Amino acid sequence: MNVENLNKAFDNRIRLGIMSILVVNREMNFNSLKEMLQVTDGNLASHLKGLEDTGYLSVNKGFIGRKTNTIYEITKNGEKAFREHLDALEFLIKNTR
Amino acid sequence: MKQELETLQEIRNLMENSSRFIGLSGWSGIAAGCIALIGASLAYPIVSGRLETGGYYSNPEIKTLLLIGLGTFIAALILAFIFTYAKTSKTNIPVFGKTSKRLTWTIIVPTLVGGIFLLKLISYGLYGLVAPGCLIFYGIALFATGKQTVNETRYLAYCEIILGCISLWKIEYGLYFWAIGFGLFHILYGARMWYKYDRN
Repeated sequence: MNVENLNKAFDNRIRLGIMSILVVNREMNFNSLKEMLQVTDGNLASHLKGLEDTGYLSVNKGFIGRKTNTIYEITKNGEKAFREHLDALEFLIKNTR
Repeated sequence: MKQELETLQEIRNLMENSSRFIGLSGWSGIAAGCIALIGASLAYPIVSGRLETGGYYSNPEIKTLLLIGLGTFIAALILAFIFTYAKTSKTNIPVFGKTSKRLTWTIIVPTLVGGIFLLKLISYGLYGLVAPGCLIFYGIALFATGKQTVNETRYLAYCEIILGCISLWKIEYGLYFWAIGFGLFHILYGARMWYKYDRN
């Protein structure tokens, strides 16, 4: 295992943050993610879209009253990819010591 | 290398914080403890005469004690909410977020069951078991929160459960145990939380 195993899809602080939150909470809505990651709407939305396109997230659009409530859920693939990314990071750190 | 470590640290923090409700203010604990002590002192004149015997209570006395209990519970809840709300509006933790909702539900279930159980004990005249019951059910409710909130809560849970069990052997001193468990322990817990999380 080496640097190659680091997943390019997670090559960004916000994407990594999204995956970290979803891997423990399974699903979360847009606003909660925004508050936890302290990012702007547009920034978060574009990264979520990216992860969705890679197939790591599934999106569920719903309503609370009249407000849209978009819920993001991690997919099996997403969880697997994230765990592998963490393993690669761990490996990297252990072996450069 | 250093960058990878920072990344891992950040992942760890997000995983921890996103699944726990850490917004509970230390002042909430202190306030709840003070309210409990006030409640216990209000109940003392009614209970004190019967401390040795466990004794018999008339219906109006039971009503007064229930009102004191209910009032204490509601006042503590309201104050805890106010302090927590004040804290969460300063930090960025949503007070009605997913974590706090899940936490509330975890606490409500054992508390509600405990409430029904204790009301039934009272209606059967088993007054001596009320204080131990409060402590034990509350301890179990806190214990159930597990990893949903800060670790200190687990220690409070152990303390309440142990105190509740000990008080089963000394039911004539129920009110004292109640005051220690809900008053003193909450104040100590709140002070610890304040010192560790809120101070800055």
